[in-house]
Amino acid sequence: MTLYAFYFLSFVAIFSALLVVFSKNPVYSVLYLIITFFAIAGHYILLNAQFLAVVHVIVYAGAIMVLFLYVIMLLNLNEESEPHKNTMVKIAAVFSSGLLLLVLIGSLRGASQLVHKTGGEIGLVQNLGQVLFGEFLFPFEVASILLLAAMVGVVMVGKDEEKNAND
Amino acid sequence: MIPIENYIWLSTALFTIGVLGVLFRRNAIIVFACIELMLNAVNLLMVAFSSYLNDATGQVFVFFIMAVAAAEVAVGLAILVMMYRNTKSVDIDILNRLKG
Repeated sequence: MTLYAFYFLSFVAIFSALLVVFSKNPVYSVLYLIITFFAIAGHYILLNAQFLAVVHVIVYAGAIMVLFLYVIMLLNLNEESEPHKNTMVKIAAVFSSGLLLLVLIGSLRGASQLVHKTGGEIGLVQNLGQVLFGEFLFPFEVASILLLAAMVGVVMVGKDEEKNAND
Repeated sequence: MIPIENYIWLSTALFTIGVLGVLFRRNAIIVFACIELMLNAVNLLMVAFSSYLNDATGQVFVFFIMAVAAAEVAVGLAILVMMYRNTKSVDIDILNRLKG
């Protein structure tokens, strides 16, 4: 049963990831990306990482994807304004990523022999909270400073350009 | 229990699709989306190993990667909007004016 759920979620994730790359309209690409993110959240639930599944849905499907869609609608992008690469570059892209897939498969074969133990209940909020606010307290605070710096940076970038546009 | 190989191959496939998207598309927003796809492939593998090894550190790392990805997307899309205002395009191939 769990294995069937895994195969279904994997199929959905890979299929919609391919559609992200190959759909012509940028809005459709971002919508397929949302489907991919939900499939990955399903994988997190299968892996007993409930906290990360919820955070993943909130952060990616809730925040980042809304940001993407807002920017696409703000810039008024559609199929007509979509730039096209020539065929040689596309063939080269497919060829080189196929080579990368080959290299990764070759190097990751047998990596599973490193894993012996099997899972427990570490993905729950209680355990993760204790690790996050105990051992990883300093990185947690640094992450908050990073988010503050990103926010200030984004406001500065937007504001400066607004002033230039008005001149 | 699902074998860990399945998660390794799934993450490999998702990461490669992300690389393919970055190389294949010229729309800068889709390139950003594919970078998110690559980050998610790595996150998925890290959660899988964390869960199989019964070690919460991997999941905490995934939490930090999500925070950094959110900051990265916000700054990147702001730069993209600024670039669009200057050039009226999101084509990454016309951004070669930094060449000496």
